Amino acid sequence: MADLAGAPRPSSSVKLVLLGEAAVGKSSLVLRFVNNDFQENKEPTIGAAFLTQKCNLPTRTIKFEIWDTAGQERFASLAPMYYRNAQAALVVYDLTKPTSLVKAKHWVAELQRQASPGIVIALVGNKLDLTNDSGDGEGTDANDSGDARKVSTEEAKTYAEEESLLFFETSAKTGYNVTEVFTAIANAIPETSLKTARGAGASAAAASRAEEQRVNLNGPRDPNAKEGCAC
Amino acid sequence: MAPQENNVTDIDPPPPPLPPRRKQSGEVSLASLQVAPAQSRPTTALSSIDIATLSFPDGSRGTFPTTAMRAVSSPVPSASGCATPNQAGLSSASDELTDSMSVMSFAQTLRPPGDLASLVAGEMNRKSRAWNLLRSQSTTVQPFECFDAGAPDDLAGFEYEFDNIPDATAEGANDEQRLSLWKSKMKHYMILSSAGKPIYSRHGDLSLVNSYMGIIQTIISFYEGASNPLLGFTAGNARFVIATEGPLYFVAISRLGESDAQLRGQLEALYMQILSTLTLPTLKNIFVHRPSTDLRKPLEGTESLLSSLADSFSKGSPSALLGALECLKLRKSQRNSINNTFLKMRCDKLLYGLIVAGGKLVSVIRPRKHSLHPSDLQLIFNMLFESGGIRAGGGENWVPLCLPAFNNRGYLYMYVSFFAGNPDSTSAASPAQKERSSSDSLEEQDEVAVVLISPDKESFYDLKEMRDKLAHQLGKNGSLAIVKAAANEGRPRIGAIAPDAQISHFLYKSRANVQFCMSSLEPAFSGLEKMVVRRRLMSLYHQLHASMHIKHSHLKVLHCINEGAASLAWITPVFEFYCIASPNVSREVMTQGANKIIQWAKREEERLFIIGGGVF
Repeated sequence: MADLAGAPRPSSSVKLVLLGEAAVGKSSLVLRFVNNDFQENKEPTIGAAFLTQKCNLPTRTIKFEIWDTAGQERFASLAPMYYRNAQAALVVYDLTKPTSLVKAKHWVAELQRQASPGIVIALVGNKLDLTNDSGDGEGTDANDSGDARKVSTEEAKTYAEEESLLFFETSAKTGYNVTEVFTAIANAIPETSLKTARGAGASAAAASRAEEQRVNLNGPRDPNAKEGCAC
Repeated sequence: MAPQENNVTDIDPPPPPLPPRRKQSGEVSLASLQVAPAQSRPTTALSSIDIATLSFPDGSRGTFPTTAMRAVSSPVPSASGCATPNQAGLSSASDELTDSMSVMSFAQTLRPPGDLASLVAGEMNRKSRAWNLLRSQSTTVQPFECFDAGAPDDLAGFEYEFDNIPDATAEGANDEQRLSLWKSKMKHYMILSSAGKPIYSRHGDLSLVNSYMGIIQTIISFYEGASNPLLGFTAGNARFVIATEGPLYFVAISRLGESDAQLRGQLEALYMQILSTLTLPTLKNIFVHRPSTDLRKPLEGTESLLSSLADSFSKGSPSALLGALECLKLRKSQRNSINNTFLKMRCDKLLYGLIVAGGKLVSVIRPRKHSLHPSDLQLIFNMLFESGGIRAGGGENWVPLCLPAFNNRGYLYMYVSFFAGNPDSTSAASPAQKERSSSDSLEEQDEVAVVLISPDKESFYDLKEMRDKLAHQLGKNGSLAIVKAAANEGRPRIGAIAPDAQISHFLYKSRANVQFCMSSLEPAFSGLEKMVVRRRLMSLYHQLHASMHIKHSHLKVLHCINEGAASLAWITPVFEFYCIASPNVSREVMTQGANKIIQWAKREEERLFIIGGGVF
């Protein structure tokens, strides 16, 4: 992939929204992806935060425009503003908290009902570091002793397959699987939607902004880009 | 009484007719320059009773002599000269200095020498030669040093005030220990619903303090029935203050010595924070339909905002004490240029625009018919600089919030973006920021933030565009660098303002502008290890402030000495001034120093304060 860095690749902006119950680790996932950083006891997001990060694929560059929303109930009514015209969504739950998966399912249902038809949704179970199988990916059962895991991989995975969602278990703390989620989303977004997205789909303001930022993409590569996808 | 209070400067009998104010100020300020000890003359309204009430209870030396001394009308000579301000020939001196000074600032200060002498340069300071000799040796004593030497200390343990009480699940922490930790805290804030449901407690999880909440609710509601609600009570050395706001009870428990009015102001701010989250109609609705609602759910995620607000009060916030804002010191032309750039880039959706550097206001633009209320700005600053929710995340933020003093019925939308130290180092900056925020919140931050507020929730991209243009323009015309340099420079140092003033710290509030400035906290009061000393400083300011603002006290000048420090407060219609010095500094020297600082503040007024701001 290094040899591709010099040649300009077609790049496009992708609006991505993070949804999920409060304190499941949405902001931490974003912070890990964007800054490769982690903060213990991060204070709750207020409202929503807007961040950008590039992801280099072999054939193109995806620039994520990430809306990291606050999970508290009182902000729920603002969510449509963020997922409207989004091409991708990360619905996050906490592996150690079953209710957060219930909430995640609600978000998935709402997205399927109200968001853009072609939206790519990834279901992400975070805080894998609190379970016994941290780092090894899937495997052990939910009922292991000393394991904080309360949501089994099978359960979530089965649900994700039924709803045709991407599915990952991550740890924002260790960084495990975080970049992979975003790369998978980048790969899952159809080329066609990238073209249409900037036209009719996006709001006028978003479109003009995307134009502005596209200019920058041909400039010197962002140093963070190398931690993008290795595929 | 009134004319005397405001206008009499000449003291020698017989009193001359009242001179025109302008001239008066000339005389006065010159006098003050030349015979410094004459400053801070109390008004004739300052009765001995006033003075007596203000002496510190802890065996301080600040109790003032009463009538005997006040009867003296001839100035008492003091080491540094004559105490009488109006000497012949003074008014003939050059007028240059006086031009830059406000008439008002001196109007209150020059008083008939009888009174002045009694307070500022009187018998009190007549000490034996041996004492003077001793004093000359002791100028190096810092304020509050006596506590290091083992003086009885009511702030013992304050350094642990903000440590968390361990969870019930934590190892080696039984309920008894947790409770005794909880009781050791010097300041508590609790919020509960009038039905007795706990909503918030600064210390301890609610399982720990639930029963106490119940007791408090019982006590409050006991008085509720009578038409005379409970406002506060004292138990041991703790003062309880209760504020009822609609369906909510706010309780402050303090062993830090604040006055009721000050504690009430702090509770009010917590209430404003809750309104800012929910709006008043929502809050009312919640409780109209279900009085037993658990408000913790709707407020979820704002505990850190309440706590950072509460902690800023417990640490001692000059801004909250004075009800005023601090601005970044900039040249007038520089500030104008920033304002103009700001106005030029303004987009239609904008209601208020702020540029803030390290918790200090740099520039404001606003519509002509709306001004920004300090209490609203306090909430915004708390969110941005005291709590990590926004700053730590990086990126740009879009925050719905209600500004209760502006309109408590609806939400506004706030766009916030911090300028990174340098353009591509957002990631590198964050650990440093983290460190800083934990060490000393307001003091060392130099981050520059742009805050744009709009009533339109869909206007994020418009405001973002405005911010990008603004950032570009400010970078191009050098303003950003100027702001960062000014923020890095920190607060003015007394050494630079008045080199020979033996004053350790001061607060100066411009009443008309509702803004204040203060001297640098470094080195004596800054940093984590100085937290206790800083609190002593702030406690003293709180005491001074409380004394000055007792209803009907008509107090203009107050000088106190106790074991820890000497302090001086001085209030005129134009400003409020408070300063602290080593306990050995004499009143002459202190008032002299105070004068210099006040003259400086007058001179620098347009740099220290935002006057008007950009209006559209």
